[in-house]
Amino acid sequence: MIRLLTTFSVAAIPIMISIVLIHGLIKGVNLYDAFVEGAGEGFKAAVRIMPYLIAIFLAIGFMRRSGAMELLVKAMTMPLSFIGIPSEVLPLAIMRPISGSGSLGVLKDILTHYGPDSFVGRVASTMMGSAETIFYTMAVYFGAVGIKYARHTVPAALISHFAAVIASVVICRIIFFS
Amino acid sequence: MSVIWFGMIILGMIVAVINGRTEIINEVILKDAQEAVVFAIGLTGIMGVWLGIMNIAKKSGLIHHFALLMRPVTKILFPSLPPNHPAISAMMMNMVANMFGAGNSATALGIKAMEELQSLNTDKKTATNAMCMFLVINMSSIQLIPLTVLKIRADAGSIAPTEIIATSIMATAASTLVGIIVCKILEGREG
Repeated sequence: MIRLLTTFSVAAIPIMISIVLIHGLIKGVNLYDAFVEGAGEGFKAAVRIMPYLIAIFLAIGFMRRSGAMELLVKAMTMPLSFIGIPSEVLPLAIMRPISGSGSLGVLKDILTHYGPDSFVGRVASTMMGSAETIFYTMAVYFGAVGIKYARHTVPAALISHFAAVIASVVICRIIFFS
Repeated sequence: MSVIWFGMIILGMIVAVINGRTEIINEVILKDAQEAVVFAIGLTGIMGVWLGIMNIAKKSGLIHHFALLMRPVTKILFPSLPPNHPAISAMMMNMVANMFGAGNSATALGIKAMEELQSLNTDKKTATNAMCMFLVINMSSIQLIPLTVLKIRADAGSIAPTEIIATSIMATAASTLVGIIVCKILEGREG
């Protein structure tokens, strides 16, 4: 099963590209011209998202390098530990939506501290594999098209992230404890 | 977003001053800002590749067929989109790339999808329901094989690094479902 999934992972992108190219060839599309025409848009898109990336990298950089991120994690650990999430994985749960590289560091810490095959280690790994950095993704995607008002994206994304955290704990408890 | 951004920067600077680590302020301005530019430039190439491929698929009509094929799913998730709109194909390709761990390709396709969604938007500064839904799904569904996590686990001496794949997929499914439901509830409330 895992081997199958890995094979799929490797093959997915080449398959996608091949289907598009072969279909284009059959339909008589001028492949080369169409590709170049589309690719020209790539540079514009990259330039468009750049200011938003600078803004978000700046804010996260200040939080991380100053130590404010650690304070935030500590401040939020107390209220969150009441709802039954192991306190060892809380730093990861809080860091995950904010910073991808930051949360990788936290995961490494947890795994070296408690061991990758401990309950905490498994929950942390599951959490890392089932969540995504929210603020960065929003900055890039909304920034690319100039959206200023995200409406319900932030609350919905945070609730969904919270669900991933709870689900990681519950699922690991069921799977690895029985 | 403005408030969060302001809070992060001010808090970061205040803590830096309290901790006596004011040198990091310059470091952030110099290094992190540069990193952002390098990242954006690095994305240019892969954006070009995928936008080129998408353009071929558009001309051949593949995008159109694919969108119609996904209609049963998209009708529920994105009811406001026309059934064969190119945004649908871009979003689906983004999700596929995401699932299979092609992060940068996914970003490129996702930006393309956002552009297509924006073309349907009447208020260009405000996100549409479809955009919120797309982003929430995007942020909660992650790759089938979390390679980085597996590598960290293996490096930490795990005897079964891959045992978290199944639990990750289940947790992802749960969070995506919650995200979709919350989105549906909130979009109704805002009218």
